[in-house]
Amino acid sequence: MKASAFSYTRASSVTDALDLLALHGDQAKVLSGGQSLMPALNLRLSAPALLVDIGAISELRGISESNGVLKIGALTRHVDILRSPDIAKHAPLLTEAIAYVAHPAIRNKGTIGGSLAHADPASELPACTIGLDAIIVVRGRNGERRIQAADFFTGIYETVLSPEELLVAVEMPVAKSNSAHFFHEYARRKGDYAIVGLAASGILEGDVFADLRLGFFAVGDRPLLAAASKHLTGKPVTASMLADAQAALDAELDPQEDQQASAGMRRYLARQLMARCVATLLGRPELDARPRA
Amino acid sequence: MNDSSEKQSGLSVLDRPNSYIGKTVPRPNLGRLMQGRGQYVSDMVLPRMAHVVFLRSPYAHARILKIDATEAKAMPGVIAVVTGAELAKVITPWVGVLSHLKGLKSAPQHAIATDRACWQGEAVAAIVATGRALAEDAAELVSVDYEELVPVTDMRTALDPETPVIHPELGDNLAFERNLDAGAVDQAFKDSDEVVEAKFVFGRHTGVTLEPRAVLADWNSGEERLTVYLGTQAPHMVQNIAAMHLGLDEAQVRVVCKDVGGSFGIKVHIYADEMATLALSKLLRRPVKFVADRVESFNTDIHARDHVCKARIGVSKNGTINAFEIDDVTGIGPYSMYPRTSAIEANQVINLVGGPYTTQNYRARTRVVFQNKNVTCQYRGVGHPIACSITEGLVDLAAQRIGMDPIEIRRRNLIRDDAYPCGSPSGLKFEALSHHASLDKLIAMMNYDALRAEQAELRKRGIYRGIGIASFIEVTNPSAAFYGVGGARISSQDGVAVRLDATGRVICQTSITEQGQGSESLTAQIVGSVLGVSMGRVRVILGDTDNTPYGGGTWASRGAGIGGEAALQAAKVLRKNILDVAAAILQAKPHDLDIIDNAVVDVQGGQQRIELHELARVVYFRPDTLPPGFQPELMATRHFVPREYPFAFTNGIQASWLEVDTQAGFIKLLKHWVVEDCGTIINPQLVDEQIRGGVVQGLGAALYEHCIYDERGQLTNANMADYLVPMSGEMPDIDVGHIVSPTLDGELGAKGAGEAGTAAAAAAVTNAVNDALSPFNVTVTEIPLTPRVILTALGRI
Repeated sequence: MKASAFSYTRASSVTDALDLLALHGDQAKVLSGGQSLMPALNLRLSAPALLVDIGAISELRGISESNGVLKIGALTRHVDILRSPDIAKHAPLLTEAIAYVAHPAIRNKGTIGGSLAHADPASELPACTIGLDAIIVVRGRNGERRIQAADFFTGIYETVLSPEELLVAVEMPVAKSNSAHFFHEYARRKGDYAIVGLAASGILEGDVFADLRLGFFAVGDRPLLAAASKHLTGKPVTASMLADAQAALDAELDPQEDQQASAGMRRYLARQLMARCVATLLGRPELDARPRA
Repeated sequence: MNDSSEKQSGLSVLDRPNSYIGKTVPRPNLGRLMQGRGQYVSDMVLPRMAHVVFLRSPYAHARILKIDATEAKAMPGVIAVVTGAELAKVITPWVGVLSHLKGLKSAPQHAIATDRACWQGEAVAAIVATGRALAEDAAELVSVDYEELVPVTDMRTALDPETPVIHPELGDNLAFERNLDAGAVDQAFKDSDEVVEAKFVFGRHTGVTLEPRAVLADWNSGEERLTVYLGTQAPHMVQNIAAMHLGLDEAQVRVVCKDVGGSFGIKVHIYADEMATLALSKLLRRPVKFVADRVESFNTDIHARDHVCKARIGVSKNGTINAFEIDDVTGIGPYSMYPRTSAIEANQVINLVGGPYTTQNYRARTRVVFQNKNVTCQYRGVGHPIACSITEGLVDLAAQRIGMDPIEIRRRNLIRDDAYPCGSPSGLKFEALSHHASLDKLIAMMNYDALRAEQAELRKRGIYRGIGIASFIEVTNPSAAFYGVGGARISSQDGVAVRLDATGRVICQTSITEQGQGSESLTAQIVGSVLGVSMGRVRVILGDTDNTPYGGGTWASRGAGIGGEAALQAAKVLRKNILDVAAAILQAKPHDLDIIDNAVVDVQGGQQRIELHELARVVYFRPDTLPPGFQPELMATRHFVPREYPFAFTNGIQASWLEVDTQAGFIKLLKHWVVEDCGTIINPQLVDEQIRGGVVQGLGAALYEHCIYDERGQLTNANMADYLVPMSGEMPDIDVGHIVSPTLDGELGAKGAGEAGTAAAAAAVTNAVNDALSPFNVTVTEIPLTPRVILTALGRI
């Protein structure tokens, strides 16, 4: 299929982009890496009058660390995150997770800002930002907003971003010496959207979770920061604590049925992932024993 | 036709110095394709060329009440908007039946639906414009009033009295039924110690060619001739069909097939939208191009499989298999596909079940039913994966029931290697198969006993791995028994013309076609070997009804065995003719001369006498120097079709080694082995890669590929994100071994290898999964084997 006719302009700066967005409102779409937008245009699922290409705005690109905060520009490509020593050091969860995002050709073009603004509930990066307690920085003509990642995503392909705002960066605290992280997703093939996934980070004090953030994805209309983690913190995890946490997780999930999985299968796999995560982070395989015949 | 002196000496025309037979040599077309200089239909541009886009029914079953194209016709660049009724004035409808499939019925199908759409995706109007995007813009403005009709979607209830009949004039939704009862089945089951039953379910899937279907039709009203550029496996078949339905003589239609990006049987048919494109070119008197997009491909490329089969096997405690019985049903969409029909796959299932085994007791029924989904037809391995999965699944279940190793039960029941020629209860004739040699080789390749030990050790640690074995037979080199006897004008013979040009190089025209499998290479290898000419000096021309001999093309694993034999015979004649000329020039006797390395040499001593380019110079430019009355013939044509056997059966065996994650339901393929016997191997690398590619398509069916329709007949995953093709990340290493039993039906001895990989891959995987899960007392007989299927079987969800 061929896209409907549209106008195209390349913004020279953030200010320029914001002026264009203010002028055209929801008639305009921001083009970043194009890895979700271009297929949608070709399938005529989306037919904006104007594409505002932000690819030339170099101030939106790059990774930096200062004062314990890691900042990733919106135009930073997946491949750059994958290869960045700063990311590997300060947010190793992202290094691990990004390898699950699609395939090299897509990672070479796709950007973190594009992925977050697109807000596919089955994609990896939104859940990572939740798991890492990140702040999503957006800018409009009236200034900047700093939004907690957990508050940013509001539904399938929906965020608090207004049509006149631009996602400019994502910031997160750097990993501490006692930070631990876990990432896994169940997908039919490498690079597919997850059936269920989990991006988690925690603070370990000895064998106890002082903090545990569980960012589940593909379990509902948006990534979920599981409140059930409260059952797992503050004291050594027991099998019964884990069971309570799994039950609590089940209660807060609202998964969709689709071709890959029923809602019940998603709940089941999310519980398994929780056990796998806890067992891995604590180095206690008995908490995630495989079913035996 | 065989040269007996050569046979007796043990040297065939292929066992010659510098022979390319049995050697891995680079494909002649590699450079062109790797440099992006291939020419696919979508690359082609002709003056005044228009693009057609089809508006397709969003409903599985709906009456077309009214089509209003007023707005669309006013759009920029739009040349015409044509409805089915308007196009029907230019092209006649067809009915996809063959007389040897007794009782097969179907309804007339139009190029574009006239009053009723019978599947979601059937074209209801054509929008022709100067560009594809403009045509799509206009298509959005064509308004169609539909009256939605009740769709028939579940094949299991398609024959129930309360189910609506899709074509009332046919009386019911049964397209075809075949029953077979051979031997003494009831007695055999009565005499069995154990009878094991299972229901096998096969998902619908499709071929997903990298290059979608594409056609460019050019009606030249000055010549009154239609040139059809089409990525097809069967140019002459298309020529015949196009002429017949457009009211033309065959001589008025030329079909040209340039590079083709994969076919797998998808492109051996002629589709309604392609026929519509030809008709539009004639109607509008200008070139019209149609290129299916990916969504259209999923909705309209033929689908395949989609069978549900209840089956049972009777076995004695000593491992003897006493009988097979199957009751199969398949849904084929609203029409039997034209011209090869949609009953062939079910017919093949009946033919092939139990085929590797000795038992002669076999009862089978298949029912082929209409439904409001896309049409199904022949796709790589037609019927084989189904028959193999049923047979091998039953054999493993029987072995499990009597506590026998899967290898042992096969050893006791596979037809002995010295038992040939022999036949199957369904009437198949086997010339020479090698089931036991193949089994022995497989066991050695996979180190079976060590693998079993490893499996047992891992199982103690809660790691569940499985070994699956699947023997198979494959139909190749089909004679007229496939289509010709049923009245289809689909040639089972092929022809090759070979000529020496004026510089001593060779031009070879063949009626087989190339879609990536190496037809061009194998033809050049054979011709070069027989003639004694370097392969680089052989140019092969394929895919042009004006410029190749008449023939069937490349499908049903026939290119090497039939087209290759024709090439061999044509080259033999040309070789003789060249030696006659050389003898005349050199005042020698032809049988004292040979051609080696592009030159005529003495048989004794090998001394070079005259180079071919010099011989050609004399023939073409100084014939006056040749003896009076001697007329050189430096072009020769031969045709071939196997006559002794209706099909050249091949055989083989596959094994899968995999791990099942019993917590999450995922299957990890660890290793796959194939031993196959395609007779003479012309190019080992091409054969091995054909086998591997075939295995990968079979693994796709086993684990991933599935056209998922909802209860309203909507295809819900018509895109590459939701329809999962097998990808390299999940594919195991595939080791390929060979046993060579040449067919004597021809001098080349080659049988087909195109479908062997697909035939048994899913059966091996399913058996391996059941082997892995045997400690859980779980049996799965449904593909694709998705995590949901596994978790459900394990009772986890």
